Amino acid sequence: MRRLRMRSSIDNCLTYGLVIVAYVVIRLLLAGGNISYALQGQLVPITVYIVMAVSLNLTVGVLGELSLGHAGFMSIGAFSGAITATLLELLADTTSTTWIRLGFSMPWLRLSLAMLIGGIFAGIFGFLVGVPVLRLHGDYLAIVTLAFGEIIKNVMSILYVGYDANGIRVSMDSANALKLDEGGTIIVNGPMGVIGITKLSSFTAGFILILITLIIVLNLINSRAGRAIKAVRDDKIATESVGISVWRYRMMAFVISATLAGAAGALYALNYSSVVARKFDFNTSILVLVFVVLGGMGNIRGSIIAATVLTVLPEVLRAFNEYRMLTYAVILIVVMLVRNNATLQHVFRQVGARLSKSLPIRRKGGEV
Amino acid sequence: MNESISKTKMVPLPSHAIIPERDASQRPILEVYRLGINFGGLVAVEDFNIAVGRTEICGLIGPNGAGKTTIFNLLTKVYQPTSGAILLDGKDTSNMNTAQINRAGIARTFQNIRLFPSLSVEDNVKIGLHNEIGYSMATGILRLPAFYKAERRAKERVMELLDLFDMTHLASHRAGSLPYGAQRRLEFVRALATNPKLLLLDEPAAGMNPSETEELMSNIEKIRDQFQIAIMLIEHDMRLVMGICEGIAVLNYGQIIAKGTPKEIQTNPLVIEAYLGKKKGDQVC
Amino acid sequence: MDFLSYLISGISLGSIYAIIALGYTMVYGIARMLNFAHGDVIMVGGYMSFMATTRFGWHPLLSVIFAMIICTVLGIVIEQLAYKPLRAAPSLAVLITAIGVSYLLQNAALLLWSANPKSFSSVVPFDSLRLFNGKLIISGTTIVSIFVCVIIIMTLNTIVNKTKIGKAMRAVSEDKDAAQLMGVSVNRTISITFAIGSALAAVAGVLLCSAYPILMPTTGAMPGIKAFTAAVFGGIGSIPGAFLGGILLGIIEILGKAYISTQLSDAIVFAVLIIILIVKPTGLLGKKVLVKV
Ligand SMILES: Nc1ncnc2c1ncn2[C@@H]1O[C@H](COP(=O)(O)OP(=O)(O)O)[C@@H](O)[C@H]1O
Ligand SMILES: [Mg+2]
Repeated sequence: MRRLRMRSSIDNCLTYGLVIVAYVVIRLLLAGGNISYALQGQLVPITVYIVMAVSLNLTVGVLGELSLGHAGFMSIGAFSGAITATLLELLADTTSTTWIRLGFSMPWLRLSLAMLIGGIFAGIFGFLVGVPVLRLHGDYLAIVTLAFGEIIKNVMSILYVGYDANGIRVSMDSANALKLDEGGTIIVNGPMGVIGITKLSSFTAGFILILITLIIVLNLINSRAGRAIKAVRDDKIATESVGISVWRYRMMAFVISATLAGAAGALYALNYSSVVARKFDFNTSILVLVFVVLGGMGNIRGSIIAATVLTVLPEVLRAFNEYRMLTYAVILIVVMLVRNNATLQHVFRQVGARLSKSLPIRRKGGEV
Repeated sequence: MNESISKTKMVPLPSHAIIPERDASQRPILEVYRLGINFGGLVAVEDFNIAVGRTEICGLIGPNGAGKTTIFNLLTKVYQPTSGAILLDGKDTSNMNTAQINRAGIARTFQNIRLFPSLSVEDNVKIGLHNEIGYSMATGILRLPAFYKAERRAKERVMELLDLFDMTHLASHRAGSLPYGAQRRLEFVRALATNPKLLLLDEPAAGMNPSETEELMSNIEKIRDQFQIAIMLIEHDMRLVMGICEGIAVLNYGQIIAKGTPKEIQTNPLVIEAYLGKKKGDQVC
Repeated sequence: MDFLSYLISGISLGSIYAIIALGYTMVYGIARMLNFAHGDVIMVGGYMSFMATTRFGWHPLLSVIFAMIICTVLGIVIEQLAYKPLRAAPSLAVLITAIGVSYLLQNAALLLWSANPKSFSSVVPFDSLRLFNGKLIISGTTIVSIFVCVIIIMTLNTIVNKTKIGKAMRAVSEDKDAAQLMGVSVNRTISITFAIGSALAAVAGVLLCSAYPILMPTTGAMPGIKAFTAAVFGGIGSIPGAFLGGILLGIIEILGKAYISTQLSDAIVFAVLIIILIVKPTGLLGKKVLVKV
């Protein structure tokens, strides 16, 4: 048992080590000008998808429920985060209070606050969505998360937010309905999404968000609350029978997962000059699910590797781009079949005893 | 559920199988009045009454499908009773859910073993200790000193409990990979870890050979003596039931057909009839 | 008059949902799985009919039969290759696989036929019906959709309740193991269910594209999810439920689009799904099952 405990902490160190080493190496390569322009543009998205994958893994791998609306929480975070950043910037420009002007003119502070607010909003939505969703299980739960994801996308597409001397205006109708003053600014413009964003995100910010995510998720998993969440995954009735509220721990996992997705969404939005709600659709939810499935459900390090590889691959392998989505589909099917069918497992083991060692789909390190 | 408590309070104590003399001065740990449930048209349990003494070992027997497991499910609120009242330590449990029932003092095992199969034996028991460990989510995430202290104490407690069944060497194994007998024992340990006042065991000797059953019998008595708790068990192995139970209730078609000491039960014609004239002491069902 | 016309379009759309919902409800009732790819079989059916009429110049009716045959084979192949190996797997794994199959079909279609929408010409040869001096126009497709749906529901109901294979289906949906013990071939029954569901999907695909003549690789995805909603609405596993749920959902969608918001019409349908699952997960005509412990 000491061995097991030690193995799990060695495993966690490996995960942190991997992330830190990767960061340092990329920084060095960047400094040497060894990373293509296209790939540089993928650095922030990679960190965003890593956080998305790790947070979804908390719901799918650790809690054992399939969420098909993870992009919805990313959307909430992206919108609330981008609005926050824009408002803070406007505030810094217009205020007469010196410390506010000085404080909010610092990009990193606006970015941190935006990610924090994005996370909080997504967490609140996670709770509100969780109240009805967590009364369900299995297939029904999955389909309802999908429904919520689509509803969020639809509602965000008709959202208009503006800011003028009188404060913040919101409308679900049209930009004109905001009735802004002369000097007013439209922040969210319906189907065009959040516009006029000042790019604040950076690779380093993404790296820090990954570290925070890992600390939260890995420490949670290896603590009292995490054990309860895993107990719920294995057997709900048995969990209740030892005096643990299943509802409470399902909600905890769901809200933490949504919060982290929100922070990632804010980081994503602030990497571009505008961001639309359509971006956070079912396909994005499935993309993140592919990372989780390929990396291994419950395997945090696997999620990180899978998110990175599958985001970089289309950039380096142009030919792959065309077959990308098809490959994702095949990954979902094949991984599930190999994982869950005894005959196939046997065949797989015999055919690729050596090969399979290098594939992340085997259950190994980082497993919880 | 449907009958209000004020009404049930006027009813005298339910006739119990037999409350041992040492427990007679105290209120029974469990009092069940007119408990019943039906599934659609099927009346699975009807007018079930029992009282269990504080350190009593009490048996619940009957042919397959008699409703024994259903009674455990009613006591732990896995099923909602359609009628009747359950008092635990004198307190009404009608508004409690399964988790609250456990916190109030009833722990159980399941006829079809329900462990946390993907987790280690140690973690299974630690989950049983969940409410005793008690530090918050934030303490766990921030790894505050309280986290390390509580985890260390939990680990010691896990080992003590596993030691009762000589299972300490299995602590790091996956629960799902244990042999059947060890899984049953682990479920027992996990239930015990929740610090119950009443422990419900559903066919604890199922699938065990005679020597394992022998060991289980002495373990059940040992645990009752050491923890001073009441134990109610469902079992088909008559040697075990007659050997350690002080009171026995016999169920047939959802109704109690006899209650009494092992001796009384063995000679009760109704019981013999229910078991289709099988000789006493035989394995039934 | 507007309202009446919306109502009729709603019933027509609902008929198509009902035909799709049958595939979901039968598969869910018998194999206990949510066949997420069912909606994409619809899309394949649409393309097959399109190819048959435009490429090979076949008669529309022949193209429908062609689409049904291809989709039936496709359904059986999917079941054998992807779902059958997972009979004993947790439902999470089965659902993820089904999502994978859905993606596979969509992206294979994308490679085969590109993302450019094809304009589908209706297979229905009748002219529109004009009533009340032309104030109410009912298209031929509308009439055919409703008619076909009613026929299919009645036929299926007879099959399930009166024939031997129907009996096997009911037995498997009640208790797989017991049915197996009584000599029912569970695997064969599940395959037949998939075959029937997929053939119906082809019909639904053709009707859907006749009513909304834009054919794309993603054409089936949304109607698929909505039809699942319809199946849940009516009570999953129930054939009359699929009919009732489909019609009601079609009406809700069209009325929602007309009187509430065009952009939010999908959101309204999803809200219906959420409300049903929360308030009455067994649907209008489903029966409640209690898990045995
Ligand atoms: N969830 C349920 N739904 C329907 N019937 C049930 C359920 N649970 C138990 N029963 C029925 O109640 C009766 C008693 O079952 P049970 O309590 O398991 O018997 P046993 O005495 O063998 O433990 C049986 O007829 C069983 O089929
Ligand atoms: Mg039983």
